[in-house]
Amino acid sequence: MIPLQLVSMLLVGAAALAVVVARDVLRQTLVNAIYWLALVLLFVVFQAPDVALSAVAVGCGAFPIVILLGLAKVRAREHGSRE
Amino acid sequence: MSRGIRLGIFAVGALGLALVLAWGVAGLPDFGHYPGPYGTVLNRVAVPERHASNVVAAVVFDYRGFDTLGEELILLAAVLGVALLLRSGKESKEERQPMASEAVRAVTARLVPVAFLFGLYTITFGPVTPGGGFQGGVLVGLSLVLLYLGVDLAAFRAVTPTPVVDLLEGGAAAAFVGMGLGSLAAGMAFLQNFLPLDKIGILTSPGSINLLNWAAGIEVASAFVLLFVELLNYLEAPE
Repeated sequence: MIPLQLVSMLLVGAAALAVVVARDVLRQTLVNAIYWLALVLLFVVFQAPDVALSAVAVGCGAFPIVILLGLAKVRAREHGSRE
Repeated sequence: MSRGIRLGIFAVGALGLALVLAWGVAGLPDFGHYPGPYGTVLNRVAVPERHASNVVAAVVFDYRGFDTLGEELILLAAVLGVALLLRSGKESKEERQPMASEAVRAVTARLVPVAFLFGLYTITFGPVTPGGGFQGGVLVGLSLVLLYLGVDLAAFRAVTPTPVVDLLEGGAAAAFVGMGLGSLAAGMAFLQNFLPLDKIGILTSPGSINLLNWAAGIEVASAFVLLFVELLNYLEAPE
């Protein structure tokens, strides 16, 4: 295993831990996108560029956006019920 | 249940998991030593047989094309489900204030075409270099969503008229299935190549993989836009 591979694996581990430690859902969504970015780095280092492209599009783009829309709906509803 | 008992149960569980995990990892093949024959065979035969210099594209759209059909239909089913649940027929008409500042709007409006073009590039060159319909499709979809995030809702709605996106979504999925059934009707295997192959490494080299790749790209891009439109309408709809 070359050092870069080890570093990218440690980064993924650290980012995954950060997702679990972040308790606020909004913050967790953004930290999760960073976790996916670490995964993308891992895929590139392990010479899987196709998987890396999928991961960056889905993990850093599509998935956070869908979660954010859901969160916005929930907050709008909570806001509405307080009024 | 007291804290002590809970921690005790956790310790037993964690120890068990650690032991099983260590046992499993110890039994793994050595790092970098892939034992399966499938990858080795494909690496040898895919490029001469399918003329696709990106072996992944040859696997996705030819050797395991039937799997890809399933993936496409999963996506179609997911989007259909969201549309059936959330589509109410009414779009919110109220003009919302743009969320972004003038500077962000100006920069985003110029970045969107670049991102869109990059998505198209990723789809087009999928069979030649890393990329392809699935990755490029999400990028195209995301570039359009960027219009909503960085410019405003009206701009996003103007480029994604729902009837057109509906048609693209269904049409692309139908085209993928149609090509498979067409090759069956012609007496070939399901999704077998029916176009002439060209010199390896250029756009026309892998024959009908290109068509399947584009069908997947259009389907994924439309699916993502539709998903976003439905969620957005649901978000904007009055309770």
